[in-house]
Amino acid sequence: MAGIPHDHYEPKSGFEKWLDARLPIVGVLYSTLTIPTPKNLNWMWIWGIVLTFCLAIQIITGIVLVMHYTPHVDMAFDSVEHIMRDVNGGWALRYIHANGASLFFIAVYAHIFRGLYYGSYKSPREITWIIGMLIYLLMMATGFLGYVLPWGQMSFWGATVITGLFGAIPGIGPIIQEWLLGGPAVDNATLNRFFSLHYLLPFVIVGLVVVHIWAFHTTGNNNPTGVEVRRKSKAEAQKDTLPFWPYFVIKDLFALCFILTIFAAVVGFMPNYLGHPDNYIPANPLATPAHIVPEWYYLPFYAILRAITFDIWFLDAKFLGVLAMFGSIFVMALAPWTDTSSTRSGRFRPMFKWYFWLLGVDFMVLMWAGARPAEGLVPIISLIGAIYWFAYFLVILPLLGRIEKPLPVPETIEADFDAHYPPKSSVER
Amino acid sequence: MSDTTGTRRDFLYVATASTGAIGGAAAVWPLINQMNPSADVVALASIEVDVADLEPGAQMTVKWRGKPVFIRRRTQEEIDAARDVNLDELPDQEDRNANIPDGDASDANRALDETGEWLVMMGVCTHLGCVPLGDAGDFGGWFCPCHGSHYDTAGRIRKGPAPENLPVPQAVFINDTTIKLG
Amino acid sequence: MKKIILSSVLALGLGTTSAFAAGGGQAHDHDFSFEGPFGKFDQNQLQRGLQVYQEVCSACHGLRQVAFRTLGDEGGPHLTEDQVKGFAANFDVYDAELDDTRTAKPADKFPASGVENAPDLSLMAKARAGFSGPYGLGINQIVKGMGGPEYILDVLTSYTGEEKTQAGVTLYENTAFPGGWIAMAPPISDEQVEFADGHKNDVEHMGEDVSAFLMWAAEPKMMVRKWTGFLSVGFLLLLTVLLYLTNKKLWAPHKRKA
Repeated sequence: MAGIPHDHYEPKSGFEKWLDARLPIVGVLYSTLTIPTPKNLNWMWIWGIVLTFCLAIQIITGIVLVMHYTPHVDMAFDSVEHIMRDVNGGWALRYIHANGASLFFIAVYAHIFRGLYYGSYKSPREITWIIGMLIYLLMMATGFLGYVLPWGQMSFWGATVITGLFGAIPGIGPIIQEWLLGGPAVDNATLNRFFSLHYLLPFVIVGLVVVHIWAFHTTGNNNPTGVEVRRKSKAEAQKDTLPFWPYFVIKDLFALCFILTIFAAVVGFMPNYLGHPDNYIPANPLATPAHIVPEWYYLPFYAILRAITFDIWFLDAKFLGVLAMFGSIFVMALAPWTDTSSTRSGRFRPMFKWYFWLLGVDFMVLMWAGARPAEGLVPIISLIGAIYWFAYFLVILPLLGRIEKPLPVPETIEADFDAHYPPKSSVER
Repeated sequence: MSDTTGTRRDFLYVATASTGAIGGAAAVWPLINQMNPSADVVALASIEVDVADLEPGAQMTVKWRGKPVFIRRRTQEEIDAARDVNLDELPDQEDRNANIPDGDASDANRALDETGEWLVMMGVCTHLGCVPLGDAGDFGGWFCPCHGSHYDTAGRIRKGPAPENLPVPQAVFINDTTIKLG
Repeated sequence: MKKIILSSVLALGLGTTSAFAAGGGQAHDHDFSFEGPFGKFDQNQLQRGLQVYQEVCSACHGLRQVAFRTLGDEGGPHLTEDQVKGFAANFDVYDAELDDTRTAKPADKFPASGVENAPDLSLMAKARAGFSGPYGLGINQIVKGMGGPEYILDVLTSYTGEEKTQAGVTLYENTAFPGGWIAMAPPISDEQVEFADGHKNDVEHMGEDVSAFLMWAAEPKMMVRKWTGFLSVGFLLLLTVLLYLTNKKLWAPHKRKA
């Protein structure tokens, strides 16, 4: 695909031509920044910038925190307290980093659900979607590794429980678990390798983000109508699009700034709200906290993990739980192929809408269930939630495409835009 | 009319851009400041040393700002030896004493008190930073084993490659038995 | 816009709440001077709490993350330099270089717990949550705060007087402690500590003072954090408004084109 026709960078001065012949970096940046963007994008298209910003802020605060942190079981907890008490502005850096992880996940969930609603995963954007899923998996891994580093009670027992998941794999599980931990239990070797990987993975994410952007810059952005930009000629494309800079950069920055205002209030006034008090108790391998809970952003998947409480065949419940947890993300990655609808955007799919919002509710309920002790109604609620999750991707999406009658879709993006913002001339008359 | 809107828009753009730039700059400061010495390090910039147990002719080494400091209670012979020296013979003519800037290298300018009993100085050879040995060398003071610098009983360089006398840090008696460094 | 607010609020609200399960019931809400965005530590209260800590708690508990010098910090107990020095001299600390104990100096930290099952108190006010729910939604923690100091106050004031011996250990009934039975004997009694400023010294008041002190010990940077929060929120609001206007101007010709 040739992409959306647009202006290209023309090197003018001698130096520009010299550089362009050797390294066309200015041209690449120019094309990236001025890429034609559907002008009808709504406020759900801001999360990409928020995510990019989160990645940057996490890497920057992370690099400076490492200057004061000590990855050793005897010193890790105290070195974090040293950051909080003695390092200049250390408390701010650490609270921003800890709460930044939460902002990162709020943004990624909004971003994913936006993609699910508007069918952004559908052809020709499957690669963008798959790369996005990989980024999300790496984010989960990075967040988990990072949570171990302060070496509090939740760090230690969270690491024990999560690495225990690998031990559930039949046959080779225990070997893999021991290999991950560097010993029979979570200990200094574990802390050191987790620290190393927590530092490494964000840079892998940076690489994947570049590919993610590259992919959707090739296909062009999706938009709320799901209608493609007309691309027969530059003049036609310009009716549907505006350049990314300055229109969408400023719009996104406005939204980002608004979100950061809330973020600053959280960091300033309730920085421990999203954390767990037990993590202010130093890790103790001899005493388990009453109730081990992962960070909030893992809760829906943690609930799915715990939803399976029965053996099937020769597979025990523990292993099935692990399969279900990873499977729940895997089926999401399959959406481009399981969704059979010819209409891309959920805006024009009357039945789909209901199932989509139910999925959103399902996600919230699972999140709630993941935080509760597995007693009373919680396991059964988790199981129902997990079943709906799988059903949505494996049954509902394929069936809806066949039985649903979509609403008429606008001819062009321009028509959709003008319907929202009618040209003055037509209003006055 | 269109002119005024034009200016107002320009003003708005400039205001937004400069506010954003100020915010960006303000955000950089904590990243720089976190590398400055932390509060626990700053707290050790000044320490108090109890010297009540130090006998004449004995020496103690304390760690201060990450480096050794020699505190020696000199005997009368050591003081006399240091005061007998003809200043012209000294390779380094300055006292190198943070408490008495720009003095000559006389023993009175090097010692902490009037009688010359107390000598406090950094235990770091001015050549390449090794720690000299006490009660050693050709002049009865200190000797640096790395490259053979000899210091006398006032810690002044007498022989060898070191260019300067051992520096005297900021120090003061805050009572009869306590020296405050820094 | 509405969606952004909604999703942030939802995510925060549900972010929940992990936090509690560990605590017994709900703590009694108590108004501490440092609560809320405008709250400040009460210097006199912190000094009284420090006194209670020294005369009572320190017999068994440690405070090993807190350096004596920080007692002189503004926003904290704010002792004078000489008071800090004098206070530190009440404690002996282990010096690795001497391989021996010596009198503490301002740069040292409080000693660790001397009794094995007495937890260190440095972070106690952040390591316990007094409030939770309802229904695991974490709303109470937004309204009332995390409840660490409230939990401490409750434990100090919720002894029933009952005791029992189990496996050779004497346990005391305490309605605020998870499980209901605590190994710590009632630590303070009325008029145990004499305050120089004549402040009431019944269990409730002393408990309040020492809870406030432990909150400071756990989060000594709270004042500067809130102040920084205000500056940042104010600045970001201004920038948000400017960006909103800029964005509106920028898009205007395209949205209502003639």
